[in-house]
Amino acid sequence: MTARGEETAALALHRFGFGPVPGSIVAIAHDPRGALLADLERPAAGWLSARMPSSEQAARAVFEFRAEQQAKQKLAQRAAKEAEAKSAAQATSDVTKAALAPAPPGPKPPENKGPQLPQQFIENEAQARFDAAIDADIGFVERLVWFWSNHFCISADKDVAMVGAYEREAIRPHVLGRFAEMLQAVERHPAMLFYLDNIRSMGADSIAGINGDKGLNENLAREILELHTLGVRSGYSQQDVTSFANVLTGWSWVDPGEPEHGGEFVFVKLLHQPGDQVVLGKPYPDSGATQGRAVLADLARHPATERHIAHKLACHFVADEPPPTLIDKLANRFKETDGNLKEVAKTLVTADESWTPRRTKLKPPSQWIVATLRLTGGQRPVAQAASNMDVTRVGVTKWPIGRTLAVQAALGEALWRPPAPNGWPDTEAAWIDGVPHRLDVANEIAGRLPAGLDPLTLLDSGLGPLASRDTRETIARAESRNQALALLVMTPEFLRR
Amino acid sequence: MRFFHASSRRDVLLASGTLFAWAHLPKLAHAEGRDPRFLTIILRGALDGLAAVAPVGDPNWVSLRGDNALLLDGKTPALKLDSFFALNPAMPNLHHMFQASEAIVVHACATPYRERSHFDGQDLLESGLPNPAMSDSGWLNRALTSLTPGGRVDPRGSKAFAVGPVTPLVVRGPAPVLSWSPQKVMPASEDTVKRLLDLYRQADVKLASAMEDNERLMAIQHSGEMAQKPGGPAQVRGYFAEAAGMAAKFLAQPDGPRVGALALDGWDTHNNEGIANGRLSQLLGALDAALGAVKTGMGPAWRETVVVLVTEFGRTAHINGTDGTDHGTATVALLAGGALKGGRVIADWPGLRTADLYENRDLKPTTDLRAVLKGLLKDHLRADERVLAENVFPGSKGVRPLAELVS
Repeated sequence: MTARGEETAALALHRFGFGPVPGSIVAIAHDPRGALLADLERPAAGWLSARMPSSEQAARAVFEFRAEQQAKQKLAQRAAKEAEAKSAAQATSDVTKAALAPAPPGPKPPENKGPQLPQQFIENEAQARFDAAIDADIGFVERLVWFWSNHFCISADKDVAMVGAYEREAIRPHVLGRFAEMLQAVERHPAMLFYLDNIRSMGADSIAGINGDKGLNENLAREILELHTLGVRSGYSQQDVTSFANVLTGWSWVDPGEPEHGGEFVFVKLLHQPGDQVVLGKPYPDSGATQGRAVLADLARHPATERHIAHKLACHFVADEPPPTLIDKLANRFKETDGNLKEVAKTLVTADESWTPRRTKLKPPSQWIVATLRLTGGQRPVAQAASNMDVTRVGVTKWPIGRTLAVQAALGEALWRPPAPNGWPDTEAAWIDGVPHRLDVANEIAGRLPAGLDPLTLLDSGLGPLASRDTRETIARAESRNQALALLVMTPEFLRR
Repeated sequence: MRFFHASSRRDVLLASGTLFAWAHLPKLAHAEGRDPRFLTIILRGALDGLAAVAPVGDPNWVSLRGDNALLLDGKTPALKLDSFFALNPAMPNLHHMFQASEAIVVHACATPYRERSHFDGQDLLESGLPNPAMSDSGWLNRALTSLTPGGRVDPRGSKAFAVGPVTPLVVRGPAPVLSWSPQKVMPASEDTVKRLLDLYRQADVKLASAMEDNERLMAIQHSGEMAQKPGGPAQVRGYFAEAAGMAAKFLAQPDGPRVGALALDGWDTHNNEGIANGRLSQLLGALDAALGAVKTGMGPAWRETVVVLVTEFGRTAHINGTDGTDHGTATVALLAGGALKGGRVIADWPGLRTADLYENRDLKPTTDLRAVLKGLLKDHLRADERVLAENVFPGSKGVRPLAELVS
């Protein structure tokens, strides 16, 4: 295979995928673009095979778990109080709340056996997500999943139960489908409605609004316009935000404490602002829940949305300041195909602008961790045993999922916990300060690698012709294999894409 | 936009493993009423043997190393071992042990490897094979396989130690080995940072500047305790001492393992070697403190202990153009422990004239390191000599075990 083909292949794997695994540069060198296009055509691309609880099931389970914890605490407090004041007067206790979650008194179950239930949900979901990225041949579709998940982000800091299921339910099914459908799935997902405070938003003239003291919450409407569709300063007004928020009143969830349907989406007519609304100059007659769907459908094909998405995709995959002609191509394709995301992805990899040999993008920590684990033998994170005490036939490598999450958080990009609804930043400026911290992670990963990995072979597998002579020399002259491997994943060629 | 990152590299605390140990008693030695402990420390990066133990009695010593020659009456006087050799002044603990007949220096010593690649050299040092070849087991593990286990020393069996991620090749292999990880970890060394920074300066100014800013930030953060900076001397010292001290603590327990190994990196001193005051001096000081920690940690078991420190090869006899030394051949093996017939430097001294040097540049090897290791395994752990020659160090029949190392 020509060096040129291998160079393009290495570029393709780093820029559009999760980085090479040993052999993959050579494997796709005859047709790197074709390999990326083929990744989009795989059956069930974007889906996870792992079976995990739905967001409603997770929400109910976490609710029950918390209620039980609360009851246990109350019982313990009560016991302490009774012991303390045995001779004193009987303390009155608040039984109404305890009744919500009846927990029979009994022997205390052992505490601290492994991660608690909410953390288990996160770890299982994270495990499936990492496995998909690490096991992928190229990982282009998984990269798209990560992109859209960040575009429509929610945070586990606000609701831990649904965050993994949300990605599987609202993002993955549509990642090669239509943007309009992903938008509908995302905005009516209970996790999003909770995250952006819509579940208790009510119209001033709704039944609940008249009877109660609370009113409109604009958060969801504003972020849909500003972040999810049109983009900031794209011409909408405060009046548009308010009207849209009125449209969305009533989009809510069934309280997770409700045993059968808790956590499901529900349209609550009592919360909904009655009457027609005008958003971006267009009147939307009051049709209940479908009023919001109609607005979303129009937002999905708004020209500002096309450009906003096109810019973000180009910025994510190609350059912090992508070529305007690439943005044009993506926006046009989006328009031509009515937001067919597979067609947009095809345009992304067939546009010449996407193949600039200047590799200026800095991989964010999460992508760098995955790229590192892929190159160094596909060691995937494994569920941590209840105890970290063990005997091993040495040579067995373990990289617990909890550790992966901790490392990613330490590098400033905690999984599913972005600090704000605009998600993690996508530019060099946001991540470059943290690069020195990655060196210690590289050092640790290098230390865990199995015997006999040759750094120069791995350099060829991971970078191929992209590796500069200086880089090659730095690796060859390292003091030890460990040092060489740590340096390898810290080279500019490996950090950038 | 700036986002939160850990405030210094030190805050990214990561577990890393150091000690690997065998959980059995060597039965034969035990039958003799002995309870030997054996700790192998691999020094990765190639230790400059002439800087660790200087041949101050050699007439060509000063002309060879000039200002970098350690002397008994130098600015920082070397510690006298015998009429010919003196120890680096950074190693007072080892010196005390030597004086108490608890340490042996083997000089002009090397593995059979005669090339100068770290990777191959380390493989050969740890695999025990005569040629560089991929191996998935090390000589120490194969030696353990050959010993008849006198029963598990730890009746609780498998729950004795945590899994350690870093596994030196020397202990890999069929014999099950326990591993332990310290909570504290060695961040990437200053040397690794420097190598990376050199590359960034050539290839990527933005990454270089991020790295430089971070180093500056840490220097300010740790000013007053400058040496505490991640990967800096004090931290290296702390890490070496913790790793070695913990190893000793385990080996000392009545129901603890008897054989262990750990690896300490950082000996590749191409630039500004700092033999008497700089980097190597600090590393040797850290190593010396670690030996002190082993002796303390072993307690009464010290008299049944042998610690052996080995490195993949030595360094050039001459100082190079950047006040360092390049990859060489023969070096020292350092032995410490109460079980030794110590107080001796063992050397068939090859001399330092250019014609005496290996390929006119390196200290010439006159003692095969395998002879030292075989002698220790045979006399201390009671490994079988034939097994040593065939399985542990294959093809080493002609390399006789060095006798009389242990008492």
